[in-house]
Amino acid sequence: MVRPDLEIIRERIPRGARVLDLGCGDGTLLANLRDTLDVRGYGLEIDPENLATAVEKGVNVIKQDIDEGLGNIADNRFDMVVMSQALQAVQHPERVLAEMLRVAGEAIITFPNFGHWRVRSYLLFRGRMPRSPLMPYRWYDSPNIHLCTVHDFEQLCREQGYRILERELMDRHHRGGPITRMMPNLFGELAIYRVAR
Amino acid sequence: MPENLPSSSVGLVRPAVMHFDEPLELECRRVLPKYDLVYETYGTLNADRSNAVLICHALSGHHHAAGYHSMEDKRPGWWDTCIGPGKPIDTNHFFVVSVNTLGGCHGSTGPATTNPETGQPWGPDFPMVTVRDWVTSQARLADRLGIDKWAAVIGGSLGGMQAMQWSTQYPERLAHAVVIAGAPKLSAQNIAFNEVARQAILSDPNFHGGHYYLHDTYPRQGLILARMVGHITYLSEDAMRAKFGRDLRSGRFHFGFDVEFQVESYLRYQGETFSRNFDANTYLLMTKALDYFDPAREHGDSLEEALAPAQCRFLVASFNSDWRFPPERSREIVNALVARGTDVSYGEIETDKGHDAFLLHIPEYMRLFSAYMGRVAEEVGNGPA
Repeated sequence: MVRPDLEIIRERIPRGARVLDLGCGDGTLLANLRDTLDVRGYGLEIDPENLATAVEKGVNVIKQDIDEGLGNIADNRFDMVVMSQALQAVQHPERVLAEMLRVAGEAIITFPNFGHWRVRSYLLFRGRMPRSPLMPYRWYDSPNIHLCTVHDFEQLCREQGYRILERELMDRHHRGGPITRMMPNLFGELAIYRVAR
Repeated sequence: MPENLPSSSVGLVRPAVMHFDEPLELECRRVLPKYDLVYETYGTLNADRSNAVLICHALSGHHHAAGYHSMEDKRPGWWDTCIGPGKPIDTNHFFVVSVNTLGGCHGSTGPATTNPETGQPWGPDFPMVTVRDWVTSQARLADRLGIDKWAAVIGGSLGGMQAMQWSTQYPERLAHAVVIAGAPKLSAQNIAFNEVARQAILSDPNFHGGHYYLHDTYPRQGLILARMVGHITYLSEDAMRAKFGRDLRSGRFHFGFDVEFQVESYLRYQGETFSRNFDANTYLLMTKALDYFDPAREHGDSLEEALAPAQCRFLVASFNSDWRFPPERSREIVNALVARGTDVSYGEIETDKGHDAFLLHIPEYMRLFSAYMGRVAEEVGNGPA
């Protein structure tokens, strides 16, 4: 699957940056960053097949469960830490965020916005847990145990004292237009944030 | 005995011997004036000599890593699951060199070899060799084979320690290090098990202070015990339970001390087989080499500092049920490399096979190993000239 957020993430990574990719999947982003931006990074991943595929791409990938923390990585070891559509699947998103901003000065985080109008109307009119291309799972087999809205995420950042450097919302197929910018929590389907301590 | 050699086998192989006249100064400050190394090779060296990989063996291993010596062989080399056409270390792409470590008992100069100064076997007077000494001697073998730089140095367990040592001792002479089921140093528990094994040998009346060759005997019982205790640490509790449970050989208790449980029978068989094929002095030496290995020691106990010279890329792999060199120990290596920004990938394979898993065909392990070596093969131009 082509991740719609990868290109947006890529545009925000400085050339030659030291990057940590949490939940790096099959290493597509890291391989791309290496080939286009001279980035030497590491990915963390737990799925063995993803791990092997990432290794085939020649990226550094380490089997590590993000829920167990990043205690093995020193403060400020990286310039940028990326987490693409995985924050909603961790046990303690607030702890993971804190860890991310400990090991790197900046973090890029993307997540499916649970405040999107389709999600809201799915629940309102069907009375069932919303499913969408970004959230294809059923309530009982979903890895997404901490879904949140744009408002929720921004509140957490405020409470923790993190600075939101950039926010971009996308709909299903394109970058967000003016209406998405005006009402991101209603019209943004995928949220992309760049945050710092 | 294979009636036909499988197509995934390197086939019939023959060991070779390289003789070295140049004295080798050892870490213990003694000098080995001359020595032999026995080795095997599989595959073909390419025109620019860039596709050579070195296999480093573990405690009880040797140079015969793949293929068969004759059609009468019951089993192939010890790492035949991983070396051969289409296997992770694919001999269609790589020229594989597998060498018996110095101090070994399968053809390389060791305690059973005649000491030229006395005309008697070296025995206990054979100098203590370390992982660093092995790597030095392997580098000399590489020189003689015309290999400036290994595409990869690969090893499991004690072999993984050699691969790690290569990365810092000759950083410019390898492109990749593959460290499987390894550790940056032994724990107190590891050393304790080694010490029990050594005491079993040293206290055997047939040991004769290590000069048993002169008495035409060997410390059979000591070797059996050493192997039995070692073998327990290579298996996980789950694997033992699955393999033997509490099964009795005859189905009932005999109320005596003969073999009754299947696990006892298995351990005794393993011990006896081993005792016939392994030299006791070599076992003592190899366990000490394991105990001494601690590259961080000279760097204020900082593994990060110790690994700083490494220029190669790393694959580190561990097995979740390995309690001899558990995943935490491999993670120490990985963390030290990540801290320095050295390229490393790390896999932690799910299996109940314990430490022995590194020798076995475990799909997740084969997949990762093949993925990594496939990438290495691409770098060296994919195949022999």
